[in-house]
Amino acid sequence: MSDLISSHQAPSANAVNSRHWLAQPFTEKATQRFLLVLLGAVALVSVLHLAFPEGHPLHVSTYTVTLLGKYLCYALLAVAVDLIWGYLGILSLGHGAFFALGGYAMGMYLMRQIGDRGVYGNPDLPDFMVFLNWDSLPWYWHGFDMAWFAFAMVVLAPGILALVFGFLAFRSRVTGVYLSIITQALTFALMLAFFRNEMGFGGNNGLTDFKDLLGFDLRSDATRLGLFIGSGLALAVGYILCRAIVSSKLGRVSVACRDAEARTRFLGYRVERVQLFVFVISAMLAGVAGAFYVPQVGIINPGEFSPLFSIEVVVWVALGGRATLYGAVIGALLVNYAKTVFTGIMPDAWLFALGALFVLVTVFLPQGIAGLMQQRFRRRPEPTAEENAA
Amino acid sequence: MNLIKELAQRDQVFSFMMPSVSPVDVRHGPILYLEDVSVSFDGFKAINNLNLTIDDGELRCIIGPNGAGKTTMMDIITGKTRPDEGSVWFGSRHNLLQMNEPEIASLGIGRKFQKPTVFEALTIFENLELAMASDKRVLPTLTARMNGEKRDRIEEVLTIIGLETQRYQRAGVLSHGQKQWLEIGMLLMQQPRLLLVDEPVAGMTEQEMERTAELLTRLAGHKSSHGRQSVVVVEHDMGFVRSIARTVTVLHQGSVLAEGSMDKVSSDPKVVEVYLGEGH
Ligand SMILES: Nc1ncnc2c1ncn2[C@@H]1O[C@H](COP(=O)(O)OP(=O)(O)OP(=O)(O)O)[C@@H](O)[C@H]1O
Ligand SMILES: [Mg+2]
Repeated sequence: MSDLISSHQAPSANAVNSRHWLAQPFTEKATQRFLLVLLGAVALVSVLHLAFPEGHPLHVSTYTVTLLGKYLCYALLAVAVDLIWGYLGILSLGHGAFFALGGYAMGMYLMRQIGDRGVYGNPDLPDFMVFLNWDSLPWYWHGFDMAWFAFAMVVLAPGILALVFGFLAFRSRVTGVYLSIITQALTFALMLAFFRNEMGFGGNNGLTDFKDLLGFDLRSDATRLGLFIGSGLALAVGYILCRAIVSSKLGRVSVACRDAEARTRFLGYRVERVQLFVFVISAMLAGVAGAFYVPQVGIINPGEFSPLFSIEVVVWVALGGRATLYGAVIGALLVNYAKTVFTGIMPDAWLFALGALFVLVTVFLPQGIAGLMQQRFRRRPEPTAEENAA
Repeated sequence: MNLIKELAQRDQVFSFMMPSVSPVDVRHGPILYLEDVSVSFDGFKAINNLNLTIDDGELRCIIGPNGAGKTTMMDIITGKTRPDEGSVWFGSRHNLLQMNEPEIASLGIGRKFQKPTVFEALTIFENLELAMASDKRVLPTLTARMNGEKRDRIEEVLTIIGLETQRYQRAGVLSHGQKQWLEIGMLLMQQPRLLLVDEPVAGMTEQEMERTAELLTRLAGHKSSHGRQSVVVVEHDMGFVRSIARTVTVLHQGSVLAEGSMDKVSSDPKVVEVYLGEGH
């Protein structure tokens, strides 16, 4: 599948950075434009939500704000997938697992915040543990009552899983279809594990009934707006980080690994370490996306580990266009908007529509929407004065 | 333009040709030493008791009919293929059979592939940038910054390989011959002690071939404070081999059939038979 979607990278005269790697993205026109649109849209939605009263035609409802916040989380997840698929050629069909782990870390914090306000009123144990007749908190739940610890786990849990998994896979040079299959197996195995009540993550029902986050009531409009803005900022920061990586020398080495792995080794680069590093960063970003997602949808359950979800994410990226990062954002927003509309009308047909969409994109739009946009606005690389003189 | 002046002074060592610091020990013998190396693929012996010694600073040509095992030999030296038996030493200190590809590359063995492999999605400038001798671990690569000195070195090599006007084009658009040159340029950026060059002139014009011959002969034996560069060239084009060869090794069915000067080798009846039998 990855061969069908040829990727592309526009050559540019100033691609080779002389600045600090983290400063590089801010000098890129395309990144500036992306950030402007993203932050502008977040600001606009916020203003429309606050400035107009309910019932006014320009009012954006809390429901819509939260829905958009959810889309932004998906967009960050898509960016994380594009980082490794687009630039490194690693097609992960299990990134939902990292997203869900980040979500569970957040969910555990939110559960502990409930305190004695649960149905059973037990100050030490979440409801589902009381229901299971457990008399003490399992060891791995300790610490999640502290925000700093839980937030650290949001990136550490997916990061460590990616580190161990990636270490084993890349060291034995598992790539291509085989890697895709074992990432599917990974997320499937986690889904089965999290379904079990004995695992201590709420089993089938997952974690829910959250009350507040850092003291802010999750049902209040202000908190919901705050989470939406937070999701937008997380996407912006994640995007900048990914841009910084792909426009650094390491980004060019990634593309080299993607296109000619053996050649890259003969230049002296440790391909498996490059893959591991970028894979772990990508998993951490997916975890952050999951953490912003959970308080907005109000629940995290093993369904997020579903192999199908991870495949959907790949479809977003393919539709938006690989190896552009902004294409992943466009793809995630469009497909999820379409999903919302579609499932409202014909819920059963959505999967067929998604499948058809994927086939059409692969055949007619191999470079996705971003490829289409680049074709329209393509600037031919003009020889510079310096080049002409040489 | 400094470079043009530099190129005019043939007796001098060019900065881009100076090998990077390499711990290879050649005080007591050859730079590369293959002893009784054998490898078979599914029972087929591609390399059969191969013995080969390359002296420090030598330019060696390796010829042989298709399937003689020339590329496989390079795969073994660079760590891509593990032999079933035998030993491979780089200088007298480094056992190459205990190292992987990046380690061997960082030790100072550079390779040009038979099928030119450049990074097609990257620009020519970026291809050279990635090849440049530098700290190739992950974090130093992430934080690496382009500076005037590095840029100058890339520009130098760009001039040598004649691609300076195409520096910001993607390598994918280059012709076959130009890709060969770009790969040679990448070799130069690596500043290796030992260059393994597999069929460098395939797809080149007569004129390009001459320039390649000139470059390779100049590279071999270049002295610097760190040692001398040695070059191993595999080539089918007899005219090309004759124009650069000092010592020629003929491979046949995975082992050495003959070795010596071009004249000696080409009058060897065994060699003549192998080549006539092949229809050359
Ligand atoms: N990975 C492999 N698996 C199976 N057989 C192989 C493999 N690599 C090489 N061979 C076989 O080993 C033999 C030697 O191949 P090699 O590529 O080294 O020849 P060569 O001398 O480079 O030939 P040419 O002049 O065509 O490049 C060939 O018969 C080839 O088919
Ligand atoms: Mg060959």
